[in-house]
Amino acid sequence: MAEMNMVQAINLALREELERDPDVVLLGEDVGRDGGVFRLTEGLYEAFGEERVIDTPLSESAIIGVAIGMAAYGLKPVAEIQFLGFTYGAIEQLFSHAARLRSRSRGQLHCPLVVRTPYGGGVKAPELHEESSEAMFCHMPGLKVVVPGSPWYAKALLQASIRTPDPVLFLEPTRLYRLLREDVPAGDLPVELGKARIARPGDSVTVVAWGSMLEKSLRAAAGFDAEVIDLMTLNPFDAETILASVRRTGRLVVVHEAAQTGGFGAEIAATVAEDAILSLKAPIRRVTGCDVIPPLPLLEDYNVPTAKQIAGAIAEVLAF
Amino acid sequence: MSKKIIASFTVSRLEILDEQGRTDAELMPDLTDDDLVRLYELMLLTRQFDQRALHLQREGRLGTYPSVLGQEASQVGSAYALQNSDWLFPAFRELGVFVTLGYPLAEIYQYWNGDERGLLCPEQLNIFPICIAVGTHIPHAVGAAMAARYRGDPIATACYFGDGGTSKGDFHEGLNMAGVFQAPVVFIIQNNQWAISISRNHQTAAETLAQKAIAYGIPGIQVDGNDVLAVYQATREALQRARSGGGPSLIECETYRMADHTTADDAARYRDPEEVQRWQRRDPLLRMRRFLADRGLWDDARQQQLETEIDARLDRAVAREEATPPARARDIFAYTWTEMTPRQKRQLQQLRDLRELDHG
Repeated sequence: MAEMNMVQAINLALREELERDPDVVLLGEDVGRDGGVFRLTEGLYEAFGEERVIDTPLSESAIIGVAIGMAAYGLKPVAEIQFLGFTYGAIEQLFSHAARLRSRSRGQLHCPLVVRTPYGGGVKAPELHEESSEAMFCHMPGLKVVVPGSPWYAKALLQASIRTPDPVLFLEPTRLYRLLREDVPAGDLPVELGKARIARPGDSVTVVAWGSMLEKSLRAAAGFDAEVIDLMTLNPFDAETILASVRRTGRLVVVHEAAQTGGFGAEIAATVAEDAILSLKAPIRRVTGCDVIPPLPLLEDYNVPTAKQIAGAIAEVLAF
Repeated sequence: MSKKIIASFTVSRLEILDEQGRTDAELMPDLTDDDLVRLYELMLLTRQFDQRALHLQREGRLGTYPSVLGQEASQVGSAYALQNSDWLFPAFRELGVFVTLGYPLAEIYQYWNGDERGLLCPEQLNIFPICIAVGTHIPHAVGAAMAARYRGDPIATACYFGDGGTSKGDFHEGLNMAGVFQAPVVFIIQNNQWAISISRNHQTAAETLAQKAIAYGIPGIQVDGNDVLAVYQATREALQRARSGGGPSLIECETYRMADHTTADDAARYRDPEEVQRWQRRDPLLRMRRFLADRGLWDDARQQQLETEIDARLDRAVAREEATPPARARDIFAYTWTEMTPRQKRQLQQLRDLRELDHG
């Protein structure tokens, strides 16, 4: 078993899927010879050739649109969009086609497509390179939205995403690409899309986080009797794990990097309010980005939640 | 230092059958008499189906419907060149294509009646669901073509869209990608001169739509879209090129939308009736009928007999459609993801309880 960061874990997941299944192909800008702008696909072009690791023109809508055609034909394309902000030009393909191909064809056609893309702040990049707009994609039934929070889960979730017949938006937290290292074994890893996991058990407060905010939430939880849930799949999401935890702890803090208004934290808060409000001992608290356009590097630290902010929210609800 | 011409391009137009029913023998496609009659029969079936659909819509027995009147040759001619193993990516005004490929007529009525089960494609065909968002299916045809080549399948894909579709970003991205990867795909523009109220000249300043192929490094040709023989021949050549590794092609079928955009539109608000009259003289069925009559393959008696037969067939299709039991409430959930989510199951139960559905 090798210790690796998230970049290496994702690369390993792609390599194993390419080896395992000839229907898997990768496509995107600079994914081939260059190995990807973050080096996620390094070495795969050399190993699998230009027919399976396809360098495309600069053309986000066609990258996803072509991948939809491939998926409907029976391949399992994994498309890379260089940054989440650049999927905006291809949202029509994701919303009007990938999400509804199965429905429109009454189940005759599937869209086993994965769109991988880095998301979130913390890397001091230019505009539209640090978006965290995951909630928007969760509002389109038919799409799955998956967000790993560690190298092990990045590999496991990516493999599961490639194998599911549904289209998946796979959001890779840019800040975590090289921040964390953990043992990541070769071969299949047990994980189920649509299920959350208890990343840290606790009894006094439930903290729900995903992706880039998981590591900060775990740091913030240290020193409290806090249970941290790694949501992993945002749509469809695992309400039961959250509700079971809140019924036990009586307190809920939801953490995300995205803007507060209409963020996915609102969905979780509403779910708890509907189905577990009588278990609550304190108001629900959200720790989120501000309702602002993600700022350029010099100001971005004002916007991205910190472990200290999360710890403050935990302390606040524990005071009730 | 110099300034010189580094490249120059030409645009071709193909015409085989003129308005009087005369043909250019040298350009005639390799078709038997049976094929020639069949092309006409399919155009007539398309026209009568279309007229019936308009009647049904007026009677409140069909939803909003886009008539294909005037475009029969552009659709039947191109689709006649397809094989069942080819993958077809239609827009929403491709009745003649569906009819030619043998799509069940009752299902076509069913779809336009608002029932998604009408999109269930028969097993022997490969027809992508109707695409309402203009031009956005173009990259899908490219992707399926690339996948077919990757698998070594000797097929081509065909993608239909209108003059309006050529203004969309996905037209550019799709054709560009097809050119780069030499995908086995044929793009078939139904240039019917109008995108609702926007005329072809307002859609693009380009003189022809065929010339857009030049920018993507792929062959492009304009054909008389009311000439079923020219449309067939151009499509056949493009499909053969695609299947034999020659890459993608663009075909502009220059035709005319004789009817309103849909039954929800009134074209009299924005277009000159004289223009419509001019195109009436170029009717695709009329010239083919003249051609067949001159060759002794058609007469008034056969015409009358076929019209009666088609009417009876349409009666049966409409009756079958109208006898179809309604879809179940479950159907709106069943195809969202591969598996219904716990929340969807709860929503379905609530729906059943609230609406007291017993067939859900």
